Amino acid sequence: MSNDVFVITEHMDGKFSDVSFEMVGKAKELTSAWGGQAVAVVVGGGAASNIFASDATIHVDDAALSQFNPEAYGKVIEALVKEKSPRLVMFGWTAMGMDIAAWLSARTGKPCVAYARDLCIENNALIVNSQVYGGKMIAEVAPEGDMVIVACLAGSFAVEAGQGSTAATQIASPVALVGLKTKFVEAIKPAGGDVDITAQAKLVSIGRGIGSKDNVELAEELAQKLGATVSSSRPVVDAGWLPRTRQVGKSGLKVKPKLYLMLGISGAPEHLEGMKSAELIIAVNTDKKAPIFNVAHYGATADLFEVAEAMLELL
Amino acid sequence: MNIVVAIKHIPSIADDLPVKGNNVDFDSVDFVLNEFDEQSIEQAVLVKEAVGGTVTVVGVDVIGELDNVLHLALAKGADKAVKITGDDPAADSHQQAKWLAEAIKGLSPNIVFAGVQASNDLDGQIGPMIAAYLDMPYIGGVSSVEVSDHTATVNKEFAGGFGAKYSVSLPMVVGVQAASKPPRYAPISKVRQVAQMATIEKVAPSGGVSSGLSFKKMAPPVVTGHAEMIGGSSKEVAAKIVELLKSKGLA
Ligand SMILES: Cc1cc2nc3c(=O)[nH]c(=O)nc-3n(C[C@H](O)[C@H](O)[C@H](O)COP(=O)(O)OP(=O)(O)OC[C@H]3O[C@@H](n4cnc5c(N)ncnc54)[C@H](O)[C@@H]3O)c2cc1C
Repeated sequence: MSNDVFVITEHMDGKFSDVSFEMVGKAKELTSAWGGQAVAVVVGGGAASNIFASDATIHVDDAALSQFNPEAYGKVIEALVKEKSPRLVMFGWTAMGMDIAAWLSARTGKPCVAYARDLCIENNALIVNSQVYGGKMIAEVAPEGDMVIVACLAGSFAVEAGQGSTAATQIASPVALVGLKTKFVEAIKPAGGDVDITAQAKLVSIGRGIGSKDNVELAEELAQKLGATVSSSRPVVDAGWLPRTRQVGKSGLKVKPKLYLMLGISGAPEHLEGMKSAELIIAVNTDKKAPIFNVAHYGATADLFEVAEAMLELL
Repeated sequence: MNIVVAIKHIPSIADDLPVKGNNVDFDSVDFVLNEFDEQSIEQAVLVKEAVGGTVTVVGVDVIGELDNVLHLALAKGADKAVKITGDDPAADSHQQAKWLAEAIKGLSPNIVFAGVQASNDLDGQIGPMIAAYLDMPYIGGVSSVEVSDHTATVNKEFAGGFGAKYSVSLPMVVGVQAASKPPRYAPISKVRQVAQMATIEKVAPSGGVSSGLSFKKMAPPVVTGHAEMIGGSSKEVAAKIVELLKSKGLA
């Protein structure tokens, strides 16, 4: 076993995601206490991998890794960590990390902490803070054993601390990638043709609290009076009440409007990922303990329908 | 086609979550079906409707109230329901995934669905772990599934409308983000009718694993910033919001 921290980075279309840098920065902080190396692990070609502030960067490339393939990437990462025995393996709690972190835990019998938003060392032992129950609770856990897997929420650490220039060591896949059951077919691109919510100065954003498709009209009237556009949380889109192009959040779009007026959105971490840097956030929610009130600038514990109708009369 | 759906019965986050010791006080919270399992049940039924087969819903009965959830799944089109009698509200994802994998093995599944995540997945989600225990490939974040000839074609979402299409030779485990169509509604009368007629198979938990996590603390987040709360009646709230927007040139 080593005291190294492996950071499984992620890239798409040649660009690394912020969470990759965030984790490298955190890994450096941890290894400065532990004495190991912060190692950035890059899987798949098509990205310049010498841009991390890591102590070392390992870049694994193979034709089978040219696109994200959970099976192939999982096998590569499993082989790598079994060979090198790092003390900690960091994933992003992202579309990619969510496919592999828990799988790797079950494969290796090593503990996994998901929804991680902070890590620290107390008496040489790792303590992880995990944001569970939709952001309503923070669990503080001590993982046992010689290797720990964590999956970190994007936006938990500073990006800058992970940026640098460390030459990458190119290696071939440590495992034969033959007979894969999973095949990448094609990339899916966003559907166009709707307003671009990332370009709007004002958004009236509705959540599951809107209750039904018929009620969306009320939000639309309010948005119109404010010169705003209607956006939403994911459940509203999944229910078919608004098109996918209106979704704000982790699997939706990241927005930074001047006004983000939220009606009936609880403030789950996945939603916050998409809007927490909006300039003015006002939340109306009937639940006084809704996590959104920890993030919004102004809040009201009130019924969204009553508030929206009363606002319409005043505008 | 043997279609299996692995579900999780979890504490509802709609209400307050009281703490007892180092964990949630499970005796004083309501348990609900994980919201992504609703999507996953729907996706399973859609696959059955497209290619035929049976949908079996399996879950660990952590508080002894899983029947209600299973009845609802049956009313929505599942054919069989199995509950694992692992009566432990603190059973973590590793433990549940192991019990589920052991139970699912006997069902000879062609495809297994699970919700992409649950809000209490502190130690990771059951989907990828079931896949690891059963040695099947896993893809999560899936929002559509088509099956033909021992192959599933799935769309996985990344973010902002970007995603990828994969084809996977079955069996596999799919982590469902959203079904290809919004989940259907089952009227109460139908659920009641199902509840009277349905038989739920009981299976004893088999296999033990540990997540290797020891809890030090469970608490609501320490709030560093809190919204400035606007009090009063809804009309007063509306007036204050409008005033605020006007003062900032936003209305
Ligand atoms: C991989 C992944 C990616 C995801 N990506 C996204 C994403 O991009 N965007 C996103 O939003 N979610 C995303 N989610 C889903 C996320 O976890 C939450 O489920 C979702 O954000 C909840 O949406 P909501 O707040 O509208 O619903 P809920 O959490 O159900 O909240 C509804 C709120 O409405 C309030 N309410 C109800 N009635 C009223 C009323 N009459 N007046 C006022 N308030 C009322 C309630 O108190 C509650 O707080 C993702 C999940 C996963 C697993």
